[in-house]
Amino acid sequence: MEWLNAIVQGALLGGLYALFAAGLSLIFGVMRLVNIAHGDLIVLAAYLGLTVTAATGLHPLLALVVVVPAMGAIGYALQRGLLNQTLGDDLLPPLLVTFGLSVIIQNGLLEVYSADPQKLDAGALETASLSVGGLSLGILPVLTFAVAVAVIWALQWTFYHTSLGRAFRAVSDNQDIAQLMGLNRRHVFGLAMALALVVTGIAGILLGIRTSFDPSIGGGRLIFAFEAVIIGGLGNLWGTLAGGVILGVAQTVGAKIDPGWQLLAGHLAFLFILAVRPNGLFPRIAA
Amino acid sequence: MSNQEYQVTRSSNAARVAAILGAIVVVVLIAAPWWAGRADMRLMGEMFLYLALASLWNLMAGYAGLVSVGQQAYVGFGGYMLFALTMFAGLHPLTAIGLAGVLGALISVPVAVLIFRLRGAYFAIGTWVIAEVFRLSFAQVSALGGGSGSSLPVGIVKSLADARDTREALSYWLALGAAVLVVAAVYFFLRSRRGLALTAIRDNELAASSLGIDIWRTKLVVYIVSAALTSMLGALIFLQKLRISPDAAFSVNDWTAFVIFIVVIGGIGTVEGPIIGTLIFFALRETLADLGTVYLIVLGLVAIVVMLKAPRGVWGLIRSRFDLQLFPLRYRVIRRGPSKGA
Repeated sequence: MEWLNAIVQGALLGGLYALFAAGLSLIFGVMRLVNIAHGDLIVLAAYLGLTVTAATGLHPLLALVVVVPAMGAIGYALQRGLLNQTLGDDLLPPLLVTFGLSVIIQNGLLEVYSADPQKLDAGALETASLSVGGLSLGILPVLTFAVAVAVIWALQWTFYHTSLGRAFRAVSDNQDIAQLMGLNRRHVFGLAMALALVVTGIAGILLGIRTSFDPSIGGGRLIFAFEAVIIGGLGNLWGTLAGGVILGVAQTVGAKIDPGWQLLAGHLAFLFILAVRPNGLFPRIAA
Repeated sequence: MSNQEYQVTRSSNAARVAAILGAIVVVVLIAAPWWAGRADMRLMGEMFLYLALASLWNLMAGYAGLVSVGQQAYVGFGGYMLFALTMFAGLHPLTAIGLAGVLGALISVPVAVLIFRLRGAYFAIGTWVIAEVFRLSFAQVSALGGGSGSSLPVGIVKSLADARDTREALSYWLALGAAVLVVAAVYFFLRSRRGLALTAIRDNELAASSLGIDIWRTKLVVYIVSAALTSMLGALIFLQKLRISPDAAFSVNDWTAFVIFIVVIGGIGTVEGPIIGTLIFFALRETLADLGTVYLIVLGLVAIVVMLKAPRGVWGLIRSRFDLQLFPLRYRVIRRGPSKGA
């Protein structure tokens, strides 16, 4: 029963990792950009939530109403103002520019909010639980997982059933031809990054409610997101959810064996899958 | 017009002058224990180690297309090997440094086989995962102090030399030697047959492979050599620090972010770039370090601006303006002047 509990808790934790990863997966799918600052943007969203709740006294989940559009706007501005200039055949510019961005965000947060760990106070929601068949499930993890499923379903739907999604798929397939067909790829990329950061905004708030955070944890979140994407297979959003779940389960089971093994077990599970299935479990496109 | 009017050569006057000046500078630097203060020597020693790290990162990213954000894996690994080999195997620190390099090369092989499956930017994050695995693993080893780390016992430090001055001079020379060795190794590697293959890969991977270059193997060699030398540098770094902990040993900021800034600002894909970059980085650090986090923000901004506006860095700007090449790698066709006569 204890083991079953660890597995279920891990699967629910995987929902959060899938939310970290969905944005990363989306922008890679649309413009082949890997954003090293992704984890720091998640932390930035958590801090935005902190500022909003402190200023207005809103519940963190209601702060989403402010944080999510703000992150979307940041995403669009970031892509049009900076990241579009880095796209091309050369791998180095996007990688190193987002790396520089990561350092700037991290130290900017440090300057504004200090290194003290912070947390979003969600009141009774943090401790509420329901029991299912002898297992006690926290409402928050269940809610997070449900949000992850809803977000991935919504992204999937956007991709395949809207004109925006058609534009995403078009620039993903061939930028030049999409441009000839009247799509402004710079604008499309901006929208893709905006959408990715909308998801990141949700992920940041849920992270902030679940655990304490400080400016230095962005790198770790990027790694979880990346592992979930690779485990699930590039370009497959449902695969990313599965990847997040596998990572979450590996971590909680590892922690069950020895508390010091939590993170290590997650990384080892990732390396194992990389060794046996280099393209991930459910690949859709080649890297 | 006969063929003899033209000459294909690597060397140039600038390169010859640079070689002579470089040799003089190295001699002056070797003599530093007799003319520099303790603090200056410490700073210079640190600069040499960063120069060496930067040259290796540049070899990987600038030539082999292996952009790693996980070289701290080998810095930390080397540091821990120094501690383990001296404390438990009773080796002399210098022997331990050499052995750390060998062990770094050995462990880099299975690592490379795994992460070479990832391409481009995903390779970069994959290297970071490896560094995290190393950090978390060493944090589990209680004999080495676990998560809080351990200090090098006095006896081992003294085995290097009894007097403090001698010890400091020795560790300074080791750092200088490491920098000279690494820069020279990178330079001669690039001049060699394999280096030519590497340059071809950098310029066009598809064309290189159609000429029969084994890309995977060439990159593997670069990765292993960089891992071995980075491990030795890590051992040297922690021989100077005398204390190691997982967070310090596997710090992504200290051993990768700064190194990337040095290479990007100085000029990626050139031998001269890391040297210029190290000088600029330390000049910035010594003037702005009091600003704390603002200094790092400035560094990030400078790196972004350089990457967007001058992707070949400061050295790239100089080279394109004056057609200079201090480490002659490229062949040039020179028309001999009539006075020199053919």
